[in-house]
Amino acid sequence: MKTLQKLYFLICLTFLFGTQQTLMAEDHTQANDSAATEKHATHDEKFKPGPFIINHILDDHFWHIGQAGNIHLSIPLPVIIYSRGTRNPGLHVFMSSKFHHGHDAYNGFKLIVEEGSKHKGKIVEVDESGIIDESVSQPLDFSITKNVLELFISVFVLCWLFISVAKSYKRREGKAPKGMQSVVEPLIIFIRDDVAKASIGHRYEKYVPYLLTIFFFIFFNNLLGLIPIFPGGANLTGNIAVTMTLALFTFVITTFSSNKGYWVHIVNAPGVPWWLKFPIPLMPVVELMGVITKPVVLMIRLFANITAGHIIALGFFSLIFIFGAMNMWAGYGFSVVSVAFTVFMTLLELLVAFIQAYVFTLLSALYFGMARVEDHH
Amino acid sequence: MELVTPGLGLVFWMLLSFSILLFILKKFAWKPILQMLKERETSIEKALQSAERAKEEMMRLQADNEKIIQEAKLERDKLIREAREIKEKIVSDAKTEAQAEAQKLLENARHTIQQEKHAAINEIKNQVAEISVQIAEKILRKELAAENKQKEFMNDLLKDVKLN
Repeated sequence: MKTLQKLYFLICLTFLFGTQQTLMAEDHTQANDSAATEKHATHDEKFKPGPFIINHILDDHFWHIGQAGNIHLSIPLPVIIYSRGTRNPGLHVFMSSKFHHGHDAYNGFKLIVEEGSKHKGKIVEVDESGIIDESVSQPLDFSITKNVLELFISVFVLCWLFISVAKSYKRREGKAPKGMQSVVEPLIIFIRDDVAKASIGHRYEKYVPYLLTIFFFIFFNNLLGLIPIFPGGANLTGNIAVTMTLALFTFVITTFSSNKGYWVHIVNAPGVPWWLKFPIPLMPVVELMGVITKPVVLMIRLFANITAGHIIALGFFSLIFIFGAMNMWAGYGFSVVSVAFTVFMTLLELLVAFIQAYVFTLLSALYFGMARVEDHH
Repeated sequence: MELVTPGLGLVFWMLLSFSILLFILKKFAWKPILQMLKERETSIEKALQSAERAKEEMMRLQADNEKIIQEAKLERDKLIREAREIKEKIVSDAKTEAQAEAQKLLENARHTIQQEKHAAINEIKNQVAEISVQIAEKILRKELAAENKQKEFMNDLLKDVKLN
């Protein structure tokens, strides 16, 4: 309970801090030039669903919460960059509010927000006049972006949740599960018995902690991604960097738990005619490609499924504004259809959230099982 | 294009955070949870097994009881049968003995009666003989009271005697 209070306090603090910063930023822009506001207004009138959807799916240096008129409510996030240029070499840490949503350069760095730029959404090195300096390698960006913050939040919540569950197991030893314990217990038993034990076989216990971690991490973040407002809304499991890292973990564990039989199957697959292996090693090449494609497929499947779900839901919302641009009443009318479709898609996404977490875990378990192939032939 | 290009920063933070998450959960969550689950499962398994054993024990006891009752019944039947047999034997023995006794008594009685009869007959015979002798004596005395009669008689006796 105390932890929960602390968490709540932290969130409130972030909100306060963020809002203040943003409001200041907005005031600044408005005071500076009315031309920019006008430009902003004309920009608003012409709704482009493509960039709108992509911007929601991609990572960001701000956590955009809402917009009322010209006041954007968003949380600025810390920027951590390592410059390889000559102007300001080394590590730089500052809040993203310094960029004023891409309007200003700070310390020789600028956040590019213009559509169509190849650096869009990235922090680049600029010279004194604010022109992108293409002569140097662009800085390495280790910023606490929206996705990174979401990642921290989910790691924190998962740790808190499962440690408290573990505590209640200790406290209520030998008794029937209760509360959160009874919510997660069926899932834990499901992963242990139907995924790990069924796919890996004997000595499966070693892999159960990893499988449980990826299952709950993916499932929790899939669900968090479905919540449109803070602390949800970041498209973490629909980000290729995250799925790549997860697939990398599975690949590394698979490779480290492989035995001789696994490699024999790759290099010299039994039951395959010799002319497929010699003089042209066709089968070994195919098998070696399989080793790489397995994690790649894991990476793409999760990324594509979650991203596709977000794109469809956002697409339905965009339709309201597309129709609204034609006729105000068409926009209002279509909003009913749009909301109905979005609700349907979100329900479907709830299912997908579970299925994708399950599939990722199951396939990881299957790869671990394959890496410890027994020579029965 | 940015959509399918993994960002360096996010990969870095993800590697770091996920490693920490994996480590913390493994050490402080999964280990105790899985252990507790296993313990609970074994205890349930054990409880079920002991219940099964108790049931079997119960069944065996019941079967034993049944058997004991059955045996007792058989024993009782056997005892009753034997008692009946003994009774019948005693009765029949008593009957035969009584019969034999009666026969013996009867025999004895008959024998005594026979003896008594013989004795009585002998006595009657003796008395008859005595009485006859007495009568003959009296008759002789009366007959031979006269002299001539004596002579006559002597003559009669002498007639039969032949001198060689």
